[in-house]
Amino acid sequence: MNIHEYQAKEIFREYGVPVPRGGVAFTGPEAREVAQQLGGDLWVVKAQIHAGGRGKAGGVKLARSLDEVEKIAEEMIGMTLVTHQTGPEGKKVEKVYVEEGADIQKEYYLGLVLDRSLEMPVMMASTEGGMEIEEVAAKSPEKIIKVAIDPTIGFQGFHGRKLAFGLGLSKEEMRPFMKFAEALYNVYMDKDAEMIEINPLIKTGSGEFLALDAKMGFDDNALYKHPDIAEMRDLSEEDPVELEAKKYGLSYVNLDGDVGCMVNGAGLAMATMDIIKHEGGEPANFLDVGGGANPDTVAKGFELILQDDNVKSIFVNIFGGIVRCDRIANGILQATQQVEVNVPVIVRLDGTNAEEAAQILKNANIKNIIPAKDLADGAKKAVAAAKGEL
Amino acid sequence: MSILVNKDTKVIVQGFTGKEGTFHSEQCMEYGTQIVGGVTPGKGGQTHLGKPVFNTVKDAVEATGATVSMIFVPPAFTADAVMEAAEAGIELAVIITEGAPVKDMMYAKMFATKHGMKTIGPNCPGIITAEECKIGIMPGFIFKKGPVGLISKSGTLTYEASNQVVKEGLGITTAVGIGGDPIIGLSYKQLLPMFEADPETEAIVMIGEIGGTLEIEAAEFIKENITKPVVAFIAGQTAPKGKRMGHAGAIISGGSGTAQEKMEALEAAGVHVVKSPADIGKTVAKALGRS
Repeated sequence: MNIHEYQAKEIFREYGVPVPRGGVAFTGPEAREVAQQLGGDLWVVKAQIHAGGRGKAGGVKLARSLDEVEKIAEEMIGMTLVTHQTGPEGKKVEKVYVEEGADIQKEYYLGLVLDRSLEMPVMMASTEGGMEIEEVAAKSPEKIIKVAIDPTIGFQGFHGRKLAFGLGLSKEEMRPFMKFAEALYNVYMDKDAEMIEINPLIKTGSGEFLALDAKMGFDDNALYKHPDIAEMRDLSEEDPVELEAKKYGLSYVNLDGDVGCMVNGAGLAMATMDIIKHEGGEPANFLDVGGGANPDTVAKGFELILQDDNVKSIFVNIFGGIVRCDRIANGILQATQQVEVNVPVIVRLDGTNAEEAAQILKNANIKNIIPAKDLADGAKKAVAAAKGEL
Repeated sequence: MSILVNKDTKVIVQGFTGKEGTFHSEQCMEYGTQIVGGVTPGKGGQTHLGKPVFNTVKDAVEATGATVSMIFVPPAFTADAVMEAAEAGIELAVIITEGAPVKDMMYAKMFATKHGMKTIGPNCPGIITAEECKIGIMPGFIFKKGPVGLISKSGTLTYEASNQVVKEGLGITTAVGIGGDPIIGLSYKQLLPMFEADPETEAIVMIGEIGGTLEIEAAEFIKENITKPVVAFIAGQTAPKGKRMGHAGAIISGGSGTAQEKMEALEAAGVHVVKSPADIGKTVAKALGRS
């Protein structure tokens, strides 16, 4: 789960990670009020959406008067921001963050992620602040300094020194930087974060380090430990169909093609998308109905798939293990009575009681349900059906 | 022969008396697995499925001589269960539970390693040595004895692969579902040499997916160390970037962890990489000169 910049900064403050002062606003007048309370004569108005790349897309603007703060906030709230991370459809801005202007002397990058090979968190720093870290990694990997932090010893001085020397910091800059990095590590571990990215981290004219931006993602499996963070979830940032799927214990991802897929198991679901492509088609979705596919989950699956108007055929690919195929076959028949399925459904059931299942489908003799004998046969038929060639 | 587990392996179940634990323990016992007892704190002294229940793993190990534990406890308590098993001298923990926090598993695995305990999973179907010992939730009948070792991140795709291998008139020595979480126990790199050393295994199937670098590390390892033919399929060739595909670890982040780069690395290591998941069985048969 991801959160907004303003929420991440709240957490940072709690842990002593320095951030500029600021406040969130849902309307122009609210933004003005926040700016007034902050004081000063320079403010930054920042659109709060989960995607990066806001600056270039016009989602981060400077204001030199309270009138200007209000005007910018009013323009931003309600607009659809398209950045390279939002996709072409963009994201609607519902709130802005108004922050005091900062005296930027130099920009850096600082991030924390899990290194899956080392099986511990890795802190990454770079002098190329403002640039995307993937781009830096591709163009000049030597500019990224990484330290793996063994959680059994926690953040130590040597971790901080390696990063600080790597960034070319002076002796005076070292101490505030190391304090910053250690606090950030503590946030990461305490909150079961999946990733933290500060881009840019800035050094001010007075030698302070401040998180000018803040991005945080959390381990969904650990949210039960952190009700305060679970509450920060912004449902408007998430795909409504994916959310609906989750409610029923299904895992759904929308794609661009026209062959709908309903599969049990994540690996087989991905493999099913792959074989559709391999047979010359395009998958319309990823859908894992879970190990125990039953009439209700199958019916819900059909509903989710058919929300997408592009879908021209559906490939049901179930490998029955402990759940017997005959029960799944009945489930499919029952589901088609609950949900109106108006495209060809190619059904491949293999595993326990596959033959009984084939017989059940055959006996039901429903026009739209076409049995397939194996994975390849099913994929071929589903692709042909989508092209109207079956 | 086989790897890690066989008909003589003594297994206890942590979370023995729960719904899942009970159902799958019964299935395993039916398959022939020697389940010698279970652990449910507070239920020590009782009997469940005709086997003794213990309060602690230590008690269970002392009384039964078990070396393997199958873990079904809920996600919030999984790391605790793994660490208790390690401390009690269990040699291999098979962690079936789905949804354990990554940080918890990070600590648990470090502790397990310190105590010399191997782990499989979490969030995996388990391990099965065909017609001898099933420790997990896979449908046993699909796994017929034969010369192929199987390592897979995915559950149902493991069944699919085994089914294809069996349809070619071949079969399985041992199949290991390693799970698709960001931090997992035994992986390709540790399991490949076990299959290489197993005289009954003649070929190895590895099934990977997008996310992480385990398959790339496996490719480097295979190049230097594995002489038996390896057939690989990587799921998620059509997966979009930045989207989590069911498994917590199945995500292409920052453009890395794609199926493409994994397939290329494996091909460069001399692995028979199949593009279509329907070609796994055929390709194994061909690699073994049986088609």
